[in-house]
Amino acid sequence: MTELRYLAPNTLDEAVGAFAAAGSAARILAGGTDLLVQMRSGALKPGVIVDIKKIPEMTAIEQGADGGFRVGAAASGMALAEHRSFGKVWPGVLEAINLIGSKQVQGRASAGGNLCNGSPAGDSVPALVAAGAIVTVQGPNGRREIKVEDVPTAPGRTSLKPGEIMVSFTLPPRAAGSSDAYLRMIPRTEMDIAVVGVGVNLTLKDGVVTAARVGLGAVAPTVLLVQDAARALIGSKLDDAALAKAAAACSAACRPIDDKRGTIAYRTKVAGVLLRRTAAIAAQRAAQNK
Amino acid sequence: MSKVHVTTTINGEPMEFLCEPSDTMLDALRGPLGLTGSKEGCSSGDCGACSITLDDRLICSCLMLAVEAEGHRIGTIEGMAKGEHLHPLQQKFLEEAALQCGICTSGMLVASEALLKKNPDPSEEEVRFWLAGNLCRCTGYDKIVRAVMETAQDMRAQ
Repeated sequence: MTELRYLAPNTLDEAVGAFAAAGSAARILAGGTDLLVQMRSGALKPGVIVDIKKIPEMTAIEQGADGGFRVGAAASGMALAEHRSFGKVWPGVLEAINLIGSKQVQGRASAGGNLCNGSPAGDSVPALVAAGAIVTVQGPNGRREIKVEDVPTAPGRTSLKPGEIMVSFTLPPRAAGSSDAYLRMIPRTEMDIAVVGVGVNLTLKDGVVTAARVGLGAVAPTVLLVQDAARALIGSKLDDAALAKAAAACSAACRPIDDKRGTIAYRTKVAGVLLRRTAAIAAQRAAQNK
Repeated sequence: MSKVHVTTTINGEPMEFLCEPSDTMLDALRGPLGLTGSKEGCSSGDCGACSITLDDRLICSCLMLAVEAEGHRIGTIEGMAKGEHLHPLQQKFLEEAALQCGICTSGMLVASEALLKKNPDPSEEEVRFWLAGNLCRCTGYDKIVRAVMETAQDMRAQ
């Protein structure tokens, strides 16, 4: 049996060096709520664990002078919930992150981990896609930025290159008249995996949608940015015709699996239903954000 | 196998222990530290029986590596009563018979205490959502929820 080595570097450069040097035997430890379960079940036997939480940038939550946020990839859901302004500016992103697991899990689980885990059903991902969040990653060849929607490539797979570590999310400044929301469908009221998840981020001026982004989860091999749904909403007053067109675009984007949680037909229909409901919540919040 | 030396604070007391890098905090608590109040239910973060606090934040000790405790503050069920004086939640759980087999109880108490520190006046819905990560197969939850609600009321009156 190979021995597990635990490393907890204080700087990102050290972490990248150690992570890249250990190659495929290494795993990054943020909240550990996926990693430790995989290790316990025997599905994963890492030779090196690189704990990134001693690196201040990894857990920092900062609001810039322009109002935009930079959220460390390992910041926990509970830390985001406790932040004085994050949930006011990004209520949809926060409610998505706070749907992940129990309060105990939220005390540790991070948006970075949720994204790197590569699950099509990760709750924070559609909301971050809708938010237009950009991910900063650092690897042996330096730093680069990726759109959140370009990170997952297949179930359990991401576009991060060997040795790259996810550092932070950048969320853009909030325009007046804009807000977001996230809804997911699960067969029970709490603690389950999304059957469908929809994130909507809207900007309205005089009741007319001037900008929109729609993220759709759990209905395809990766979380999707549904541009046709956004286009159907932009320029509308969220009237029935526009919502019907956007809902149809969400349903059309679905390429879901058929499993015990939901059939293909059910997931496809619910994607449209959730789009309508989520857009209504986002619009209501946007109206209050003057 | 070389063991790792960890220096931490548990229930306000400085503590040191040795562990394997792959040991969970729950392994360390129930093993070298001899603090067996935290229970092992599922070991996958689903049942909450191993609930502890890490720097005052509620977590599952089965989802934390023991080596991560270095330099941090851990709170366990053993730190809840003050000497002979039970915490009001513990007292109320007894009075209301909010437990049967007891496996979930320490986790329920640690989680409930974390809730009341954050929110001294939770609604029943808030209690139920907060405790959604603590499974109990005996009580049907009503007695537990009632005990937490009544304790909150008592503590607010003090």
